Amino acid sequence: MIPGQFQYYRPATTAEAIGLMAKLGDDARPLAGGHSLIPMMKLRLATPEHLVDLHGIASLKGIRREGDRIVIGAMTTQHDLLASDEIAKMLPILHETSLLIADPQVRYMGTIGGNVANGDPGNDMPALMMTLGATYHLEGQGGVRQVPAAEFYQGAYFTALEPGEILTAIAVPTPAANHGYAYEKLKRKIGDYATAAAAVVLTMSGGKVATCSIGLTNLSETALLADEAAKAVIGTSLDDASLKRAAAAAEAIMSPAGDGRGSPEYRKYVGGIMVIRALQHAAARAK
Amino acid sequence: MAKTHVTMRVNGAEVEGLVEPRTLLVHFIRENLQMTGTHIGCDTTHCGACTVDLNGMSVKSCTVLAVQAEGAEISTIEGMANADGTLSALQEGFRMMHGLQCGFCTPGMIVRAHRLLQENTSPTEEEIRFGIAGNLCRCTGYQNIVRAIQYAAAKINGVEFQEAAE
Ligand SMILES: Cc1cc2nc3c(=O)[nH]c(=O)nc-3n(C[C@H](O)[C@H](O)[C@H](O)COP(=O)(O)OP(=O)(O)OC[C@H]3O[C@@H](n4cnc5c(N)ncnc54)[C@H](O)[C@@H]3O)c2cc1C
Ligand code: FES
Ligand code: FES
Repeated sequence: MIPGQFQYYRPATTAEAIGLMAKLGDDARPLAGGHSLIPMMKLRLATPEHLVDLHGIASLKGIRREGDRIVIGAMTTQHDLLASDEIAKMLPILHETSLLIADPQVRYMGTIGGNVANGDPGNDMPALMMTLGATYHLEGQGGVRQVPAAEFYQGAYFTALEPGEILTAIAVPTPAANHGYAYEKLKRKIGDYATAAAAVVLTMSGGKVATCSIGLTNLSETALLADEAAKAVIGTSLDDASLKRAAAAAEAIMSPAGDGRGSPEYRKYVGGIMVIRALQHAAARAK
Repeated sequence: MAKTHVTMRVNGAEVEGLVEPRTLLVHFIRENLQMTGTHIGCDTTHCGACTVDLNGMSVKSCTVLAVQAEGAEISTIEGMANADGTLSALQEGFRMMHGLQCGFCTPGMIVRAHRLLQENTSPTEEEIRFGIAGNLCRCTGYQNIVRAIQYAAAKINGVEFQEAAE
């Protein structure tokens, strides 16, 4: 299996890439790690006529602190995230999630930008970025826009990216030093996409949940923020009744597809369990 | 479609060729360079039989375009032996510990394990299993592959290989 024909470009700067994307029009696509795009091109699920490889653009790579935010370049790979002490210390949930994505070979190539821009509900980073309150930096000929992750996803493979725009970086507010976190992912085997997964970031105060956000992966056409579920546990000590209410509130917004990973009913059921486990695990880690 | 000129270093030698942009790295290696040690198993990024080392990363060459490897430093199974032609510690480990049966997954396993041991010279059994999670083997049940890598790690570290007690 090889992809269909296309023209290949390797710009050296973001400005050059944006110029190319504008000139080439709708049939051009950015190429990051290629580990979602090339498989789709082999299957003819994607047939771009032009690929603009972002690999040669040094400014799109790297992790830096900017005030109370961590800014991650779009071309930073999952392997780079795992190798970063800064991420392990400041955003441990991003480290935990990266370890649960695919396998070593895929993590060397797959980028965080490609993972969030792809729009596949099975990708793990979108729900996590929504949970963390991250903002995406999008750049096109019209200038730079900042779009919250929570407003980026419109449907499976439909995002707020306008034709010709490139995602350049992701800004993540640093969570409180005493926060607890967990990404709980049920998968059939290592390297598989989630049957259901839940991200939780919370803080505790006097044994009760003070703040909480919950994200869901692969349980709908897009990643979801489970706001009602989070509200259901704020002010509680995560007793059984509150956990059950949170799971029920989360299940109420899920509409997973039935596929080889299970029926919709099964995936909703285990989705609720992932929410409960993530809440308990996060609370145990909170200081 | 116009062809693109690519240049890279494969197992220490400068190579070049004309490829279509859609040519996969594994096809460039197997067909243009006639180095058929790198296998194609699944063609869908799952099995790892096509693993090569690219700029210090283990990658599945069925999912990398040859044009993406422009200027890259690549090692394949053909480059794994010691400079004098003797078996490397990993190759010896696979031989001594019966780390292969049909041998189809072996080139990818050895190339992947090579990078794993570069990054972690004394991996635990769990780290080995996690580190080769992108490589599937249909024959061995992995047990002897893990032992082969443990054997190689011990040899590289200059200690005697000792099997963990059951
Ligand atoms: C076997 C296997 C298992 C996997 N398992 C998982 C998993 O469990 N969880 C998971 O989350 N992912 C998984 N993946 C996907 C993997 O993480 C991908 O690498 C990732 O989704 C896409 O990143 P990429 O850099 O490869 O992007 P690409 O494939 O290059 O691009 C993906 C899409 O995003 C667009 N794009 C990329 N970068 C930009 C940008 N900067 N601006 C605008 N658009 C852009 C491209 O045009 C394309 O449409 C798996 C992949 C494989 C092959
Ligand atoms: S042939 Fe490349 S991963 Fe199977
Ligand atoms: S030895 Fe046959 S697939 Fe591994």
